[in-house]
Amino acid sequence: MTRYLKDLWYGWTTTWHSMWITIRHLFRPNKGYTIQYPTVKAPLPERARMRLFNRIEDCIGCGQCARACPTDCIDIQTEKRGKDEPPVFASDGTPIKLRTFVFDIDMTLCCYCALCTFPCPTHCLVMTKEYEYAVYDKRDHIYHFAVDKPRYASPAEKEQPAAKA
Amino acid sequence: MESIRDLLELIPYTTALPVWVQAILPPAVSAVILFLFVAVLAMFAIWLERKVAAHMQDRLGPMYVGGWHGWAQSIADTIKLLLKEDIVPAAADKALFKAAPAIVFIPSFAAFVVLPFGISSIVADLNIGVLYLFAVASLTVVGILMAGWASNNKYSLFGGMRSAAQIVSYEIPAALSVMPVIIIVGSLSMQQIVRAQTGGIQNWFVFRNPFTFLAFFLYFICSLAEVNRTPFDIPEAESELVAGYHTEYSGMRFAFFFLAEYSNMFLVAGIATTLFLGGWSQVLPAQWVPKQLIPGPILFFLKALSLVFVQIWLRWTLPRLRVDQLMYLCWKVMLPLALVLVLGAGLLAVW
Repeated sequence: MTRYLKDLWYGWTTTWHSMWITIRHLFRPNKGYTIQYPTVKAPLPERARMRLFNRIEDCIGCGQCARACPTDCIDIQTEKRGKDEPPVFASDGTPIKLRTFVFDIDMTLCCYCALCTFPCPTHCLVMTKEYEYAVYDKRDHIYHFAVDKPRYASPAEKEQPAAKA
Repeated sequence: MESIRDLLELIPYTTALPVWVQAILPPAVSAVILFLFVAVLAMFAIWLERKVAAHMQDRLGPMYVGGWHGWAQSIADTIKLLLKEDIVPAAADKALFKAAPAIVFIPSFAAFVVLPFGISSIVADLNIGVLYLFAVASLTVVGILMAGWASNNKYSLFGGMRSAAQIVSYEIPAALSVMPVIIIVGSLSMQQIVRAQTGGIQNWFVFRNPFTFLAFFLYFICSLAEVNRTPFDIPEAESELVAGYHTEYSGMRFAFFFLAEYSNMFLVAGIATTLFLGGWSQVLPAQWVPKQLIPGPILFFLKALSLVFVQIWLRWTLPRLRVDQLMYLCWKVMLPLALVLVLGAGLLAVW
């Protein structure tokens, strides 16, 4: 009987105690934990690694990024620029000897390790702070950075002038 | 209903209508008004619950829909539920499955008939009001059991069975905890009970004598169990039974279960208000403020809503009871206490 009453009293008092705790939290003025995301954004760390971006004008097509990538998400195809073409230089003065006509990054494969950005000799491949890039089609996650068209559509075509001569 | 009849008489040509239309019109109008009231109230209660829950957990809750603190969130949710596909499981008992939401909702709606919102705002002041309330409110369990059984799903059936066991058990202390009040008033009519408490806060039955004071708390706890709210929400325990008896429901039928739950919440709060907190009568003692300043329906609404708030408050405070703990509380704690209260109130009334 004593235990029964003790239990009752314990249940009664702890209920009031816990109710006091919750009501204190209810009227707590500062709810600083929630960020109203689409309108307010959390500040990113200084070196946040988000979507990759390649400044194609500076890219020399060396392919070191593609080799560094652990998930093989970068696809580069290049060809030699012709001797007759005017020389092109990257913004730091490096001569661009290759024409990069395919520079695709598949962001669905990217693991955001940033290993590709370190070997880049012209620092043209960087990780931006852009993180809102959801798309409806998976294929839209493959970013095509190359702007140049290949001069020779296929290696065979390249051979042709030599064969004629 | 009398006031609605009076209002309808103000509209010209209603007396020219056939007699049966004249007979049906006042109840129909009051039913529509009550339904709108219940629906809007349920929507508001859902929004309130989400906001209170969020703030008790130091979150913010709905914040976008409608602009100001997500006030239109429940409206958006209702529209979504209305537009959703109405799925009836292939293995379900079709007829029972479809009837269950209505059978859950109708009793809680019907019980609103005797809630005295004001001196004249009551649909029907039955002379057996309290008895009617308990009789009608206990019909809900049929619908819940029906939903659980018809879904043909283990979890639903468990939820239905648990709910039936719980509601049937808690009917007894709930009905007994009302007895002290009825002993004092000597009437089952809701309006009579409120009239016995007019004249300020000191006349309310909560503060009348120690037995009714305890009876208020007892009734409140039992009413929590009857509407399947935490800490007695084992019928729809999310973490064990998915959603209990309404696991298989979707769209509008699911919305009806929710409507029933929230209107039930307001209903039991309204009953507690009527029986113990003076219904529509004024708060300040009559010696200080002889005239009622705030209109009765608003007072009733505020009192009931504050009890709804306490229900929500408790839900986000206490953990769920185990089934055996639930039955222990009912049969070994509530029932003896209720009997003692009835005895004490009876002795006090005779003495």
